Amino acid sequence: MAQDHRPPIESGCPDGFQYMHPVMRKNYGDWDYHEHPRPGVLLHVAKNGDQIWTVRAGTQRILDVFTLRTLCDIGDKFADGYVRFTIRSNIEYMVSDEAKVQPMIDALEAEGFVVGGTKNSVAMISHTQGWLHCDIPGTDASGVVKAMMDELIDEFKENNMPNRVHMTTSCCQINCGGQGDIAINVQHTKPPKINHDLVSNVCERPSVVARCPVAAIRPALVNGKPSLEVDEKKCICCGACFPPCPPMQINDAEYSKLAIWVGGNHSNARGKPTFQKLVAAGIPNNPPRWPEATAIVKRILTAYKDDARDWERINDWVERVGWPRFFELTGLPFTKFHIDNWRGARRSLNSSTHIRF
Amino acid sequence: MADQHHDTPMLDELENGPWPSFISGFKRLRDKHEDKRISGMANDLLGQLEHSYETRKGYWKGGTVSVFGYGSGIIPRFSEVGDSFPESREFHTLRVQPPAGNYYTTDMLRQLGDSWEKWGSGLVTFHGQTGNIMFIGTSTDNTQHFFDEINEYGWDLGGAGPCVRTGMSCVGAARCEMSGLDEMKIHRTLLNNFTDDVHRPALPYKFKFKVSGCGNDCMNAIERSDFAIIGTWRDDMKVDQEEVKKFVARKGREYVIDNVITRCPTKALSLKDDDTMDVDNRNCVRCMHCMNVMVKALSPGDDKGATILIGGKRTLKIGDLMGTVVVPFMKLDTEEDYEKLTEMAEETIDFWAENGLEHERCGEMVERIGLVNFLEGVGIEVDPNMVNEPRQSSYVRMDGWDEEAEKWFTRKAEEKAAAS
Repeated sequence: MAQDHRPPIESGCPDGFQYMHPVMRKNYGDWDYHEHPRPGVLLHVAKNGDQIWTVRAGTQRILDVFTLRTLCDIGDKFADGYVRFTIRSNIEYMVSDEAKVQPMIDALEAEGFVVGGTKNSVAMISHTQGWLHCDIPGTDASGVVKAMMDELIDEFKENNMPNRVHMTTSCCQINCGGQGDIAINVQHTKPPKINHDLVSNVCERPSVVARCPVAAIRPALVNGKPSLEVDEKKCICCGACFPPCPPMQINDAEYSKLAIWVGGNHSNARGKPTFQKLVAAGIPNNPPRWPEATAIVKRILTAYKDDARDWERINDWVERVGWPRFFELTGLPFTKFHIDNWRGARRSLNSSTHIRF
Repeated sequence: MADQHHDTPMLDELENGPWPSFISGFKRLRDKHEDKRISGMANDLLGQLEHSYETRKGYWKGGTVSVFGYGSGIIPRFSEVGDSFPESREFHTLRVQPPAGNYYTTDMLRQLGDSWEKWGSGLVTFHGQTGNIMFIGTSTDNTQHFFDEINEYGWDLGGAGPCVRTGMSCVGAARCEMSGLDEMKIHRTLLNNFTDDVHRPALPYKFKFKVSGCGNDCMNAIERSDFAIIGTWRDDMKVDQEEVKKFVARKGREYVIDNVITRCPTKALSLKDDDTMDVDNRNCVRCMHCMNVMVKALSPGDDKGATILIGGKRTLKIGDLMGTVVVPFMKLDTEEDYEKLTEMAEETIDFWAENGLEHERCGEMVERIGLVNFLEGVGIEVDPNMVNEPRQSSYVRMDGWDEEAEKWFTRKAEEKAAAS
């Protein structure tokens, strides 16, 4: 059989210019400014006066070929056949003729897509695979996102927020969804359950021991078989041992919970980039619509919308009003778990008399 | 088929509500696709997913699947409950590198869709969190067939496992006035220099390049990449005073003071009595805020280049790390500039490949050995832009101070001579 194998062409990353709208190709590096005529639409103007209109739409992200073709049909009929995708998996159509913009919006909405996600909106939630495809998931990111976007759709379509809100979801603490203004992540609360019959056959034990951030795993003989044991007092239930050793099952129908983190901000605008901070945990992982998580997200968004100033991202807002006010305004409990005890934690403690009343 | 569908009462709930439903898409494949391979696969996929929803557990296991000649680029998935859901028993994902900037023609999307329909499940995502096109769900045999077909017309696999991963770059110069870089060229120059390291995992862990054209960092490069290239400029920002006046007239002085002047992190802006704006360019840190607000009036300068940061990553294993500045500014105009960038990336990856522990990201290695050891290892001189502040702890050996101070003075003298 081996002689039938075709050697790969190692072409790597393709050149984007061949798929780029001609007006963008022509004005590459020569853009002057942009305007935001309405939510979901951007107008970019080049130094020579050329214009390109962009229409952004949210989709279900996991596209079946029928939906992909519908999106292409809209691009052929109402745009110039050029598209791109944003980092948050929205589709963008580019056209040089303003007259094509409204018919395209109408066509997208008629097919159930959602035009919006620009500027100070709640943007599409970025997420990964979950139960659909991942080998270690604690939840189903696609389902959480669908259920949440159903409730937040008006905020996606309008610009009512003080600044943009980037949300993410992740199905384990690896946090593939990434940092977010609001992040909804699985947080396990019990140590892994070990199937000792399988460990020695499936797991490379020294590398599993090395993977633990708190050195809670050690080799052991269990029922006469080489296995691993966990010091459950030390274990922080992070799940890092599960990917290299599937018999150390960390996911649990009851004890794998959701936690919510806020204030992650990738941008250097105003302040330096920030990581997200824990605000709520112990939230049930409750398919198919996760109402408890959505309710807390909406409380946070309401407080932010009411209290933050224009252009403040969530981290900017909390930095100005302080964390005690955040917990007061959102009605979320502040617990001992909010006080960090990981390495470098002392920099998160207040060593001053700066107290708000 | 109709009467053999798995019941999916929980997933059906995700067909309600106004946001587009991925479940409805799966059902379209199940109910309307003529190819029994695809409709059967969609049915069993829905069945397994419903089982996950009921039990709150995942049922996919990894394994080893690749295409001939590569060791990477496929995410193998074998079902643990395949006897109940046999037609989606093997459900591997191919990670395919998108064009830099994520541009497509509808013709190309259709062609990719047709190939995927021939060999795969018909489910695709643009894009996964690392930046790949995710062709989700095919059998071990068809993985090779699909790759062979799309590889013939210009598409190649991305990374998976301990290797250089698929890169990401923002829309940048193609459609953004903030851009300080040729993002697409940087992206392709770096990634395609490391094609071998993308396809054959032999590094301590993953290594990601991300390119953002300005400090807004739309690609999350500082937080999420081992090697972040961010656009900036070092001459004065541009102020169109007529546009400033128009903006003040339209929005009012209070708005401008509250939303622009007082938001500058280094207090480098002032609004004059005649409604023009003064900029203290020596103290501007290129944060982008004022330009984001006053898009037409304020823009980046002309002497553009890149800031490079090393070592961003998420929690596991030692806690979150942002990238750290290792090059405050470098020009990226000439081919020599690009060679310098590529060499720096090679030095970084080589040093980390030799010194990183198994499953240790580059940033974690820097944390373990200290930034100075890393800089000396890759041949980069220290610079005060690399720190927020000098050390506070006196617990350090400082013999050799005079030589180090001399290095600084010599370097500064050389820079001065080169500039004059």
